[in-house]
Amino acid sequence: MTAQSRDITPLLAPDAGVSALDVRGVTHAFGARKALHDVSLDVPAGSFTALLGPNGAGKTTLFSLITRLYDNRSGAIHVLGFDVRRQPAAALSRLGVVFQARTLDLELSVLDNLLYHATLHGVGFRAGRGRAMELLAQDGLADRARDKVRNLSGGQMRRVEIVRALMHRPRLLLLDEPTVGLDIASRAALVAQVRALVVNEGIGVLWATHIIEEIAPGDRVVVLHRGRVRANGTYEGMLAQTGGEDLSAAFLRLVDDTGEAAA
Amino acid sequence: MSAPSPPSPARFRLPLAGYLIVLAGICWREGLRFLNQRGRFLSALVRPLVWLFIFAAGFRSVLGVSIIPPYETYVLYEVYVTPGLVAMIQLFNGLQSSLSMVHDREVGAMRILLVSPYPRWYLLVCKLIAGICVSLLQVYAFLAVAWFWEVELPPIGYFTVIPALVLTGLMLGAMGLLMSSLFRQMENFASVMNFVIFPMFFASSALYPLWRVQESSLALWWICTLNPFTYAVELIRFALYGQFAPFPALVVAGCAVVFLAASILAYDPSAGVMARRGGPESAK
Repeated sequence: MTAQSRDITPLLAPDAGVSALDVRGVTHAFGARKALHDVSLDVPAGSFTALLGPNGAGKTTLFSLITRLYDNRSGAIHVLGFDVRRQPAAALSRLGVVFQARTLDLELSVLDNLLYHATLHGVGFRAGRGRAMELLAQDGLADRARDKVRNLSGGQMRRVEIVRALMHRPRLLLLDEPTVGLDIASRAALVAQVRALVVNEGIGVLWATHIIEEIAPGDRVVVLHRGRVRANGTYEGMLAQTGGEDLSAAFLRLVDDTGEAAA
Repeated sequence: MSAPSPPSPARFRLPLAGYLIVLAGICWREGLRFLNQRGRFLSALVRPLVWLFIFAAGFRSVLGVSIIPPYETYVLYEVYVTPGLVAMIQLFNGLQSSLSMVHDREVGAMRILLVSPYPRWYLLVCKLIAGICVSLLQVYAFLAVAWFWEVELPPIGYFTVIPALVLTGLMLGAMGLLMSSLFRQMENFASVMNFVIFPMFFASSALYPLWRVQESSLALWWICTLNPFTYAVELIRFALYGQFAPFPALVVAGCAVVFLAASILAYDPSAGVMARRGGPESAK
């Protein structure tokens, strides 16, 4: 084992046989307003799971609970088998996250942003630098390592955020509407990059979106609407469940409150 | 899928070296940000120098300072006011660091800090330590310039003041941290800063000895006596002359503990202000 990898290894041990993410019966309210109602879903290891929902569905609240920005008060959330509330250190060290809002420090260089994140996960500067350059090279961004983030395009910033989320070698990657504001080519490249991580590295991915084109046959899909899970299964299963000819039609039927009221 | 059986907590422990790496990383980032913001350094230096060069020089002739501890002889007003200006640097720096936390929260960067696997209280303490390190740079830059302005302290004072600066920096930084947890937007926080910095500074012993204040207004003297900043100033004043002031040290340490505990509670994911305030945006 090299000196560089020794820094990271304690955080890497894979937890075989458990879901990358398991959310069970989570309800959350802000004052009197309920944001999530008895939400349950799971992301198997090495799978791409899309969390589909319109704006205000509760996706960001769910992400905030999974990442323990605040605690869930009911139900349970496990990351690789570790309870986020009771064993936050173990859970968070296995978790990489790309938030909806851009969270890079624009005044620092790409490399400095990555190093800062690495240190927050206990990865030393030398090991972090090596890991950053390796990931940037894989992503074709090695030549931008010394550039200030401010000088990158929107798509490049998102790619850097994904690289940053991978710095500590997580086993679960959460992405909250990462393609918002990107052009079609950048969006496609980003989706392809994350799908490659699932295939090549066996990372479980929860991809929150409201853009149906980002979901492909074979993906697992969870539909969240008004804080409730309306569907949870495979792409194909969702079509069969709703009788929709495509995912758009299926989604619209699932979030159609008028139909629900009539039923 | 059935709920997984939770692994034993004993299976996972954050390595001790990781704590040091986190501290180094946060200090390093604060240092980089400080170096990138040359204007911040310049204004942190110019502000007390303006007070020293202009205000103190003007007041030298009208305000006499009698011999009071720790001074053993009459001192120039510039000499008297220097500890207060050092404390002012720390006050501004503490609130400036907190302002950057509000900014980080506003743009979402705070989330990156808060999703670290290390305990949140530890991350906040690291932020405070980083802020103190930055304030030490500013203080010594100021003292170096002041030395050329006839503010010559005993050489030992430049060393003995370090623990006092750490303690006062901790108190003022923790106070700022607590304030930063209460405000979502920079604009609100910036305006509140004005209501905190100036009253704290003026209603203290930074510019005038307390006996002078007592002579002119008993009510103001009470306010000055209840102001923790007064004790920060006095702690620094004595430390600059190689002396230890136990009561100010006790007050400053006590306030630091209270402010820090309150800010840790405010940032706590289960009990904190953020968790209750309404919506995911508050947790940025």
